[in-house]
Amino acid sequence: MTNARTRQVEPMLARDDGPAPEVSISKDMIKRGLFVAPLLVALCGVIWGLDGVWSSMYAIAIVLVNFALAAGLVASTARISLGLMMGAVLFGYLIRLALIFLAVFLVRDADWISLPALGATIIVTHLGLLLWELKFVAISLAHPGLKPARP
Amino acid sequence: MEAFSYLAALTGDEEKAAQAASSAGFAYGLAAIGPGIGIGYLVGKSVEAMARQPEAAGMVRTTMFLGIAFTEALALIGFVVFILIGL
Repeated sequence: MTNARTRQVEPMLARDDGPAPEVSISKDMIKRGLFVAPLLVALCGVIWGLDGVWSSMYAIAIVLVNFALAAGLVASTARISLGLMMGAVLFGYLIRLALIFLAVFLVRDADWISLPALGATIIVTHLGLLLWELKFVAISLAHPGLKPARP
Repeated sequence: MEAFSYLAALTGDEEKAAQAASSAGFAYGLAAIGPGIGIGYLVGKSVEAMARQPEAAGMVRTTMFLGIAFTEALALIGFVVFILIGL
């Protein structure tokens, strides 16, 4: 709530009705993830065989769904209040970790799973997509007039 | 007490497997605590910044989201170590 006389803003009650940048960031990362997925899958296939192919596809799906869930959670709750967004991000972190654990736990004994391929793909995809996106975001923030071309 | 008697009855290999599983779970728990604190601090400061300067909210949310994802990468690395050792 904004007090007009003192311009004091209560952070937890404020809200952000503007556009949701995290949704566009997430969409960009998902597009790039799908773009590089064949390369990662092929690499895992060379190293770990057919099990590596299925495991890396599963890991890429986990990472992309995780990004989409995180962005959707922030975007939907920031319109209501920033306090709710804060709570949703914190509990969302726990819930998403639990969902990832569940997703891996359910297939751990499947005959097509290769845990090293799954783990390596999760880390490489997550960090790689973030660093790739960071490059575009950093350029956009430093030079707002010179937006780089999006894929 | 039943759990202790079960642990005492384990053979060498079973004991090693039990120790690996419990260590992996402990490591995953530790790996999740740090990012949890980091995300809480990050989002708290971002909310303050957005409330203080609503015109910069887009930029703050952009960097906040990337910060959350980078911090979460630490937990994911801990999780991968957990699945490689403990599952």
